[in-house]
Amino acid sequence: MTELLLPLTVLAPLAAAVILFLSAGRLPARQAGPLATAAVGLSAIISTLLAVIVLSAPPSAPIRITLWNWMTLPGFPAEIAFALDPLSLLMILIVTIVGFLIHLYAIRYMQNDPDTARFFGSMTLFVAAMLVLVLSSDLLCLFIGWEGVGLCSWLLIGFWYTDPANTAAARKAFLITRTGDAALLCGLLLLATRTGTLRIDTLLQAVTSGQIPPAPLTAVALLLLTGALAKSAQIPFQSWLPDAMAGPTPTSALIHAATMVTAGIYLIARLHVLFAATPAVMTLMAVIGTLTLLMAACNALVQTDLKRILAWSTVSQLGYMFLALGTGIWQAALFHLMTHAFFKALLFLTAGAIIERVRHERNIFHMGGLLRATPGLAAAFLTGAAALAGLPLITAGFYSKELILSSVWQATFPVGGGLALSGHVLWSLALAGAFLTTLYIFRCFFIVFSGPPQTEISGTTPRLMTIPLACLSLLSLLGGIVEMPDTLAPVHLFTRMLDPSHPLPHTSDPAWLLLAGALTPIAGLALAWTLWGSANPVIREAPVPTPGAHRVLTARTVESRWRPGIVPDALFLRPLRILNRIGRYDLPDRLSDSISRALCRASTLAAQTRTSLIAHLSSRTLRITREGSLLLGRMQNGRVRWYAAWIATGLCATLAAAMLA
Amino acid sequence: MTALPPGDALLLAVILFSTGLAGILIRRNLLFMLMSIDIMLNAAALVFIAAGAKWHDATGQVMFLMILALAATETAAGLAIILRLHARGRPSLDADTGNLLRG
Repeated sequence: MTELLLPLTVLAPLAAAVILFLSAGRLPARQAGPLATAAVGLSAIISTLLAVIVLSAPPSAPIRITLWNWMTLPGFPAEIAFALDPLSLLMILIVTIVGFLIHLYAIRYMQNDPDTARFFGSMTLFVAAMLVLVLSSDLLCLFIGWEGVGLCSWLLIGFWYTDPANTAAARKAFLITRTGDAALLCGLLLLATRTGTLRIDTLLQAVTSGQIPPAPLTAVALLLLTGALAKSAQIPFQSWLPDAMAGPTPTSALIHAATMVTAGIYLIARLHVLFAATPAVMTLMAVIGTLTLLMAACNALVQTDLKRILAWSTVSQLGYMFLALGTGIWQAALFHLMTHAFFKALLFLTAGAIIERVRHERNIFHMGGLLRATPGLAAAFLTGAAALAGLPLITAGFYSKELILSSVWQATFPVGGGLALSGHVLWSLALAGAFLTTLYIFRCFFIVFSGPPQTEISGTTPRLMTIPLACLSLLSLLGGIVEMPDTLAPVHLFTRMLDPSHPLPHTSDPAWLLLAGALTPIAGLALAWTLWGSANPVIREAPVPTPGAHRVLTARTVESRWRPGIVPDALFLRPLRILNRIGRYDLPDRLSDSISRALCRASTLAAQTRTSLIAHLSSRTLRITREGSLLLGRMQNGRVRWYAAWIATGLCATLAAAMLA
Repeated sequence: MTALPPGDALLLAVILFSTGLAGILIRRNLLFMLMSIDIMLNAAALVFIAAGAKWHDATGQVMFLMILALAATETAAGLAIILRLHARGRPSLDADTGNLLRG
């Protein structure tokens, strides 16, 4: 039963993608959306069935299905094989269910687009690639999904390809993630040469039995980490994700919530045994995660574009996940991944609905006062914002973030040479990040929904778009009750399901740790209310752009906006400013710029060469053909005697050849 | 009756064939061209006869009869074409005037 169902999960969206791509232009646009949604919905139903089957009677070993042999190499098995264990089960549930809701939303959102078939084809292919990624039991097979996800993100970010800015954003995303892919591939090849296999279970056994010496293992871990960082938009690869907002909103939701950026987290969680053997890399991972979450939160705090705020918040939340992975609690990272998928999809879809209602205005300072006009959307956005901020007890985000924070507090991070970084440092930084998270998302909420109205609001949000919003709101509120801190209630369903043999130690958490995690968002909310929300807010105007089009929000804006605040300059602003600068002028961004420029030049050159070569060849061919035809035409003179002469000549020539040979 | 030696017969056949070929290539008169074709056919037939005589095989003579029939049909068709040309108002025997099929 499961053997039959498992490939079907991938097959349904894949088949839909093939049908949609092949029928582009022939299938009525009205049918493309429902077809894609039905395929992903079918996939979601199958995943749920699988979950019921697996959870009702947990199998002793992961279910493995070998579909076919990819290639036969001596001493190296390469097969297309799927495996279902709790980790991949969780991932396919997230991908298909959240993906289904996003598709459902996109039916109405995209119905007036002329290219619906292409859009839904890319979306379903995206889901299929992600499912391949999370289901494959072989790293080589995983790499197919990994690349497929990259391809689909390129297709979808540059969906409206007539605008050069969109294609530039798509190219940037593609190039930066491709850098990471190259590193990942190097890591895989290094692993393959060391262990002779890329099957995940054999590989991890080889690692635990100490088959790989520490130096290559560290190199492999670093290379894999680079791939994951690039895919998940962490420092120093963070700049592609905010630019990826160029795509349609359902795409953003899909990239941020269900597919693409979660791939990096999944990869590291899947190979956590390998990373556990290299503590220095784990420390690096945690530090990068912490820096990213702070940097991205600071960036989100000064954005004016609604979708960009959400994009930076994704980078920031992914930073939390990397912090958790670096701490070694991959279960917590996945828990946060799940709740984040719910509330980030909710936030994006709500943002899309809002942007559509205010005539495609994306600047939050041109909105305002939407609460009265769109109470439903306001409620949905508030739910998402509360979950993102992690308001205590009522939201899913609280439980997942709390799990990460309390584990970080107790952890130590070995740096090497007997030194270790205390978990307290990273904990306080992450807590500051949580404060900033609340601040920026409620800044966004208050500016958009309260205050005097600034724009006309048109139309209504169709029923088909509100259903996914309602479902996701529910999930954002209740998705967290599967795992609770011991101080509240001993519920550990989530971590038990993921890894029954190694439950996370919760028992020694002091109660004040939980209290700190609960009070920080509330403090952030209070400050946000004072600054932007109350009847006469401290700040109401948009940040002033400094000269230079792309440096809209630099450190100075932060400063001017923070002046009325209470925080001392030197203590808080300097680090923020530096982080901000890192976020703005980062190296990969420059690199990707220069690479794309060089590529552009090279392609122009190649095109010129090709054109001249083709012109030369074609003129030569033309002349030869023309003269040849004249010559041959002269032979056809219609005179019988000439023909006879030709026949005789040919005969003589043949005879002569036969004689001489 | 002494048989013509095969070598001589072949030589004669070559001479006859060359005469016929030269006639086709040189003469423009359709009647002469038909006659030249007949000469070439006879040259081929002579080779068959000579071969049959050499190996004492009747097949050569059978082939001669077939070539004779072929020559008769060919002449009949050729003469019919010439007569049709006359009937359609082109009373010319010059082969080079009929070059409607030129490329």
